[in-house]
Amino acid sequence: MITGSSAIVPRMRESYAMNMPLVQAQPTTMPATTAKVLSLEPKRQALRTRLAARLGDLAVRVVPPIVVIALTLLVWELLCRRAGSTLPPPSRVLNDTWELIVDPFFDRGGLDKGLFWHLSASLQRVGLGYALASFVGVALGTLVGQSTWAMRGLDPIFQVLRTVPPLAWLPLSLAAFRNGQPSAIFVIFITAIWPIIINTAVGIRNIPQDYRNVAAVLRLNHLEFFYKIMVPAAAPYIFTGLRIGIGLSWLAIVAAEMLIGGVGIGFFIWDAWNSSHISEIILALVYVGVIGFVLDRLVAGIARLVTHGTAAN
Amino acid sequence: MTSYLKIDHVDKIFVRGSLETEVLKDITLGIAKGEFVSIIGHSGCGKTTLLNIVAGLARSTTGGVLLEDREVDEPGPDRAVVFQNHSLLPWLTVYDNVRLAVDKVFSGVKSRAERRAWTMHNLELVQMAHAKDKRPAEISGGMKQRVGLARALAMEPKVLLLDEPFGALDALTRAHLQDSVMAIHQKLCNTVLMITHDVDEAVLLSDRIVMMTNGPAARIGEVLDVPLARPRRRLEVASSPAYLKCRQRVLEFLYERHRFIEAA
Repeated sequence: MITGSSAIVPRMRESYAMNMPLVQAQPTTMPATTAKVLSLEPKRQALRTRLAARLGDLAVRVVPPIVVIALTLLVWELLCRRAGSTLPPPSRVLNDTWELIVDPFFDRGGLDKGLFWHLSASLQRVGLGYALASFVGVALGTLVGQSTWAMRGLDPIFQVLRTVPPLAWLPLSLAAFRNGQPSAIFVIFITAIWPIIINTAVGIRNIPQDYRNVAAVLRLNHLEFFYKIMVPAAAPYIFTGLRIGIGLSWLAIVAAEMLIGGVGIGFFIWDAWNSSHISEIILALVYVGVIGFVLDRLVAGIARLVTHGTAAN
Repeated sequence: MTSYLKIDHVDKIFVRGSLETEVLKDITLGIAKGEFVSIIGHSGCGKTTLLNIVAGLARSTTGGVLLEDREVDEPGPDRAVVFQNHSLLPWLTVYDNVRLAVDKVFSGVKSRAERRAWTMHNLELVQMAHAKDKRPAEISGGMKQRVGLARALAMEPKVLLLDEPFGALDALTRAHLQDSVMAIHQKLCNTVLMITHDVDEAVLLSDRIVMMTNGPAARIGEVLDVPLARPRRRLEVASSPAYLKCRQRVLEFLYERHRFIEAA
């Protein structure tokens, strides 16, 4: 909304400013010649102003973060350049990790792989755990939201379990699965599921009585009610839960992988720490941050597509 | 007398814990086919509860509702409701909102093309065909109420139930919609039961006005016949002696004999 209006307003203002002198100039010059000029000029100018506005808009959004990043790097460089500083300056990080940056796809067997492989292993775990959590979470949330008895029975349990930190589940799941891979997936699952359940339940419970009345008058059956009324009405809430869930999953995976080992960005960080490659840790953190951001945007984007127009007025 | 729709000795008592509130007491009312009946009363007198019982959305404590001599105790498209606050589904377009009802009611009866034509026909009836691809958020309050009316009409109900359909609209829009409802009633001869708190609306639209006493335990206080010929024209009718007399009777009932104490 904000970007849209800020893009339109300056454009309108500029085109007014451009047109004004032309209109005022009309009486002073000969009508025949001005008519020709008028028919061509506004079009070209409108195009030019629109292009300028678009560029200006882009600059307004891109320049401030670039300035801030540059300043941060500068301060960091100055602070860590001194002899005896514990952390490397950005120039050294770049220098140390250049190989990892330019070739993320190498695979020398074992755990000596490029960052792409570590990240993709982590993403696969998150993808699987999160997909399971979404499915089970929406189903359980629907049950709790729809049935008073299910809510009375399950809600206290959910409220207690959801406060258990993700990593506290890891030893238990290792004991149950006796394998790192399913344990990590389970930790993601159990981390992501609570906000999905709770938001879905709230969404279902908040379906206005009006919609239920409409469904009753139309005699919609349970299935029709589910996909014609319940899902669209609760979609904004469900997607809020899904968005919180993906954020928590990505938070939990790094810690879980540090403990279970194997290929994965969490283990990569832990391994780098053990071999005192601080620069590699910093590079990995940048990747983790950027991917977390992209995941969040992805779910938000899907939400915007799916819930288009579902918000009650 | 055999009535098309019969509300038979309906009592409604709300129970919350040990607290019992009697809302409606011994409501009996017969409505003939094609008749337009309004129920008027102060707010909180249980008008909407009565309408919900007829619609099947609420259950009477004792007594029942008969439609064509058969008891109705659950909601159904034969008693379509136009809700007070339009109740359109915001994620569907105007067309899809009406189409949902058409698809549900005529799924086995009409072909796809027929259902489409029937949906458009009903939108045209309320003069909303031009906005068929808009979503409810993009149209005005009066337009939403028109679409709600189209959705109800599209179900071809035996009885059309209007729950203060114009209550949330400004006076001008309300007048337009009242004219539309009159024209549609003229054309289709629906049986209509309307809840209202607007005296002029009740007199202008109805064949009979049912006046309810104040709650708790609201009863039917008086039933007034409106002897005005149809079609009625707002401006001509408003100055006719019969109209003024009816209006006077309703006002007297509401403001002298059954003054709403809490509002005073």
